[in-house]
Amino acid sequence: MTRQMTGAKMVVQALKDQGVDVVFGYPGGAVLPIYDEVFQQNDIRHILVRHEQGAVHAAEGYARSSGKPGVALVTSGPGATNAVTGLTDALMDSIPIIVLTGQVPTFMIGTDAFQEADTVGITRPCTKHNWLVNDTKDLSNVLHQAFHVATSGRPGPVLIDIPKDVQFASADYIPPQKARTSHYQPQVKGDMQSITDLVAAMETAKRPVFYTGGGVINSGPAASHLLRELVEATGIPITSTLMGLGAYPANGEHWLGMLGMHGLYEANMAMHGCDLMINIGARFDDRITGRLDAFSPHSIKAHIDIDPSSINKVIKTDIPIVGDIAHVLEDLLKVWKSRGRKVNREGIQKWTAKIAEWKKVDCLRFEQKGAVIKPQHALARLEALTKDRDRYICTEVGQHQMWAAQYLGFNDPNRWMTSGGLGTMGYGFPASIGVQMAHPDALVINVAGEASWLMNMQEMGTAMQYKLPVKQFILNNERLGMVRQWQQLLHGERYSSSWSESLPDFVKLAEAFGAKGIICKDPADLDDAIMEMLDHDGPVIFDCLVEKHENCFPMIPSGEPHNNMLLGDASTKDAIKEGGAVLV
Amino acid sequence: MSALKIKKGSNKHSAYNLRPTFSDITERHTLAVLVDNEPGVLARVIGLFSGRGYNIESLTVAEVDHTGHTSRITIVTTGTPQVIEQIKAQLGRIVPVHTVHDLTVEGPSVERELALFKVEGEGEKRVEALRLADIFRANAVDSTLNSFVFEITGAPEKIEAFAELMRPLGLVEMARTGVAALPRGL
Repeated sequence: MTRQMTGAKMVVQALKDQGVDVVFGYPGGAVLPIYDEVFQQNDIRHILVRHEQGAVHAAEGYARSSGKPGVALVTSGPGATNAVTGLTDALMDSIPIIVLTGQVPTFMIGTDAFQEADTVGITRPCTKHNWLVNDTKDLSNVLHQAFHVATSGRPGPVLIDIPKDVQFASADYIPPQKARTSHYQPQVKGDMQSITDLVAAMETAKRPVFYTGGGVINSGPAASHLLRELVEATGIPITSTLMGLGAYPANGEHWLGMLGMHGLYEANMAMHGCDLMINIGARFDDRITGRLDAFSPHSIKAHIDIDPSSINKVIKTDIPIVGDIAHVLEDLLKVWKSRGRKVNREGIQKWTAKIAEWKKVDCLRFEQKGAVIKPQHALARLEALTKDRDRYICTEVGQHQMWAAQYLGFNDPNRWMTSGGLGTMGYGFPASIGVQMAHPDALVINVAGEASWLMNMQEMGTAMQYKLPVKQFILNNERLGMVRQWQQLLHGERYSSSWSESLPDFVKLAEAFGAKGIICKDPADLDDAIMEMLDHDGPVIFDCLVEKHENCFPMIPSGEPHNNMLLGDASTKDAIKEGGAVLV
Repeated sequence: MSALKIKKGSNKHSAYNLRPTFSDITERHTLAVLVDNEPGVLARVIGLFSGRGYNIESLTVAEVDHTGHTSRITIVTTGTPQVIEQIKAQLGRIVPVHTVHDLTVEGPSVERELALFKVEGEGEKRVEALRLADIFRANAVDSTLNSFVFEITGAPEKIEAFAELMRPLGLVEMARTGVAALPRGL
């Protein structure tokens, strides 16, 4: 049965049929018909953000914490261009979101009309796919296809640009079950011969390591579950990228911690020294590999990824497996069990002993002394006081992000929302709003730096309006900490524009929005202040004044391999050589 | 890793790597890409090449199936084997792309290009141009008392060779369509 309805009503109907319960958005002239339909129903909740970038990051936070696609609705022109950062962020981190943009009426396209922008042109390189719908009769098909494309294969952002006359005109609505099927059907099952090769490699490897990434989280809870079973059964140590934290529990026996530029010593040394590297859903990002010609020189490399273009992109793979992580791991476990559950016990035992030696370096140690709070200490206390709660963590981008990854433990997937690939300052606060919408009763904390946080601070209005008790835990060093750290290491301590002057009084700022503000500068008060934040039923801005020139370690300097890490301030002199200085 | 008999660098089971990659030698490949003929699809393909810094030597596109609305894009590109593999994989990611065929590695193929040459000249040069055109089986499709427009079809090398010969004889302008290619046989 088909029903006639306007394009605007079709949008709302399709969202309902796709199981959407919340939309983040901001109205404007070119989306008024859709907003009119949103007004006349109660199934979908609309969250009015204060800036379109916030809408897209909130949709990302919603998607990452729930596993469901996030939806944002914005107007034409500036509404669409403000969404570009969020779209690019979602593309880099493979987050399924659907962004709906209004457009000037079809007969005005190309006339430089008011609030006209070539939205599909601008967003073509920053979406997985996008559509400009010129006819209302195509709209319902495109809407359903958008959900299919965003969530199948390697997930990603999609955008639908809907001219205003298409929203007003009527046509038959086609429900999802009857929508045209897409030829876009990425392969999910891995090649069995390659999987068998990998099993054979796992059976004999003396120094194997799992290197996992965001693909495990994106694949869904089953993938994390299978990964845990595989790790526990084989005893092979496991490290993860920033994006993959939580897929294997941080309190698990075989956990090495995060790897990469600011990863743990033992994780990076294991990557460097392994003889079999099993990459599961990670993409050999430059933050992970360091210097390519010295990257894990003695290992056979297996790579499981749903995106064929990730394979052999930067690192040559010996055993490539294209497929969905959960499907491949299921087959991998089956084959491994059927071949007698063999591993090189003796080899792995020696390997584990070697790793235990590396662990003794205790690369995350720090000393909290004196009257100033160390940022590491602030996070260690936050971890201690919140780890047993139903907790979700977002971050902004910079030193605090790396410290959060190092000092907070994630025991479940979908609990950690951070901008990995694009490194978007201003991501965390709106993302925390999206997370809180998906999990109304959970504790949602955004670990932030004061500079990042100010980039989207207008979203305090959103948090207050919808009574979203998101906790903004700001490590305030009055610096762009990571920029300053690089200037110290690379640019002769000339701190060009890397300090935050004229900062607001965050307590007063919170109060101006009607929220609670807490300032903490004495280490002795820290626990009480954190408890006060946790006990408050509402949004809190927590201004934690920390050591201003603390550096983030361990660090693989640019242009260096994994086994050449800086472990503390003493080791930084001339650490980055000429060739490394041009890298970011 | 002797027990496994996988040598580092082997890729025997990957559909994406039938040949050794990561060599420094630049190769020329002809790719046939079948796409949905929808607005913006060519921009997606070209944007991929410019955004990721790949080369396009020639590109032709036209709808080849009017009922199914699919177009065939023939791209001639150059790059190291690793870059060529990346180009194919990246093309495959584009949602309206149905198939990507590398005609250079998938067996013998025919490549043809059409070109128009305007040659200006009088006397002996004019006669020589006409004589060479005959040898190359180029047709004169326009003629004045002191100029010709020749139409020539062939592999890109043949068109290059003809252009080289016409240059001293008064070549003033030329237009090329880019390569269209199909695999040989069935």
